[in-house]
Amino acid sequence: MIVDVNFVGLIIASIMASAVPLILASCGELITERSGVLNLGVEGMMIIGAISGFALMTVTGSLIIAVFGAMLAGVLISTIFAFLTQTLITNHVATGLALTIFGIGISAMIGKNFVGIPGKEFPVLFEGLKDTIPLLSPILFGHSIVFYFAFALPFITSYFLKKTKIGLIVRAVGDSPESASNQGINVRFVRYACILYGGAMCGLAGAYLSMIYTPQWIENMTGGRGWIALALVVFSTWNPIKILIGAMIFGGLTIIQFHMQAIGVRIPVQFLTALPYIVTIIVLVVISRDSRKIRLSTPSSLGKSFHKDN
Amino acid sequence: MHKFLIRSFVSSLVLLFTLTVAAVAKDVKAAFVYIGPTGDHGWTYQHDVGRKAVEAAGFKTTYVEGVPESADAERVLRQLANSGHDIIFTTSFGYMNPTNKVAKEFPNVKFEHATGYKREHPNVATYAARFYEGRTILGTIAGTMTKSNVIGYVASFPIPEVIRGINSFTLAAQKVNPNIKTKIVWAFTWYDPGKEAEAAKALIDQGADVIAQHTDSTAIVQMAEKAGVYAFGQASDMDKFAPKAVLTSVENNWGPYYVDRVKAVANGTWNQKDTWHGIGDGMVVISGLDSQMPSDLQAKVKKLQADLASGKVHSFTGPIYDQKGNLMVAEGKTADDGMLAGMMTYVKGVEGDIPK
Repeated sequence: MIVDVNFVGLIIASIMASAVPLILASCGELITERSGVLNLGVEGMMIIGAISGFALMTVTGSLIIAVFGAMLAGVLISTIFAFLTQTLITNHVATGLALTIFGIGISAMIGKNFVGIPGKEFPVLFEGLKDTIPLLSPILFGHSIVFYFAFALPFITSYFLKKTKIGLIVRAVGDSPESASNQGINVRFVRYACILYGGAMCGLAGAYLSMIYTPQWIENMTGGRGWIALALVVFSTWNPIKILIGAMIFGGLTIIQFHMQAIGVRIPVQFLTALPYIVTIIVLVVISRDSRKIRLSTPSSLGKSFHKDN
Repeated sequence: MHKFLIRSFVSSLVLLFTLTVAAVAKDVKAAFVYIGPTGDHGWTYQHDVGRKAVEAAGFKTTYVEGVPESADAERVLRQLANSGHDIIFTTSFGYMNPTNKVAKEFPNVKFEHATGYKREHPNVATYAARFYEGRTILGTIAGTMTKSNVIGYVASFPIPEVIRGINSFTLAAQKVNPNIKTKIVWAFTWYDPGKEAEAAKALIDQGADVIAQHTDSTAIVQMAEKAGVYAFGQASDMDKFAPKAVLTSVENNWGPYYVDRVKAVANGTWNQKDTWHGIGDGMVVISGLDSQMPSDLQAKVKKLQADLASGKVHSFTGPIYDQKGNLMVAEGKTADDGMLAGMMTYVKGVEGDIPK
């Protein structure tokens, strides 16, 4: 029986590990969108983070430099987006799409010299406690620092938006940039900051993939996770806690369908493969069907350019 | 001034003449179309190693990476055919129709399509490797090395190539260990490290202590290394990614065939044919065996390798039964190439159904 309990623990732990990049990127994008900016460049920023982290790790040998370098790379590439959309007032959707295409292309170019190099082992915390508590041990212990950060992030984000003054300013800018501006808030500055923060989180999400989850560099290795992260933000109705739930369901079904296959459950595999997408959307739509709350949490000026010169 | 003009006129004439002579005595130029980036391991990388062998043999080569299996492929092929290439190798299954279509428009250019079966025009040849022979060796190793008797297998897409590999692997594993079970997980991708790692993790969590793969990334062997189980490299030697986990790799070696075919174009002896080479012809190569394998197993594997090469042993030797117990290959017989090429049923001992 103990074996079964640990087996469940192992499955939950792998589900959580697969949810990490989605949570990081979604929570970053959530802040960007809450300030009224729609950045469709999540996939591009993630892949830039992935190659930057891996390249820096290979070149400098320092994991700390690599992790922060990946976040900085995310910041740098999102600066391009911020400059275009906030200073030159370009269209958010078109600029974001361009950012993704640019990111995929340039990461492949930088990555040429880093293909086929094995990654380094990333240190895990609390390894010694791994066999202490049945079920909970594999879930709680023996993960990387990024893993723990990712699971704290939705709560930090939620607290930041609801309880802090800066959070209130971000929401105000996203809901009504005109009113915020009249109150003396520098809308452009706030939006810049939120875009760069989103870039940093996407960079970290990418670095998690190339340095911790599957330590190697492969062209296009984010495999569309940026788009899923984007969808999670919308379907969670801009609620960080629901992002956590959505990411766990998505990661969970991806992994459980592999288990069902291995056990030999006789359900068409194509259906199992599609399951994560379908169920995640259904669940998030159901848990966020209160239209009043949706209106409250949707940034009203999302994707709209703000013209006033500050 | 006049002198200068005349001199430059003469020298350009000389230059022009040299160029013309060079053009008349032109070398055979070979082009390669790749599905992915050349990288440092995997399917496309191995084709590129083959291309370099052609260069080393003194021919000019060109390659185009990351060509989608769509109308883009036709465009690339047309461009290569138009720009003076004499032989074009298209190295992915999905290029089958574009290759045949463009071949019709350029009857003087030779086309070689990997892993396909359509040769609609006299200038199209096909070639593939008998990777299943390599999987017979992997199955033998897996069946011997497993302690849990559960072997995991991450598969890509349900096509004969993959099914044949699963069957060949399982038959060999059963032969050395009748108690083993092969658990198959379909990842529905050739190349997605995250998904491949998740599939491998699921198999390991369910007790598999040897993992085989028919996908291309190194994520699976790395996951095996982390979990302390065994695995095998795919297409390239993946030992450096997981030195403890990787027992051996099945490498694809296209070089000799490519050199052969380009030379045939140069000599005017190129002909249309379907080539299916295995260990014997050196198209399938087994990497060095890991020292964790007991010496008697190593000796057994070496002998099996030699026997597969000489044809003394065939991967599909009867009696072979399918999952329902129907006889597929009778005792003492071996499966013919037609049966192998269209193999879409599991043999007895493989768990689960083939996705439809």
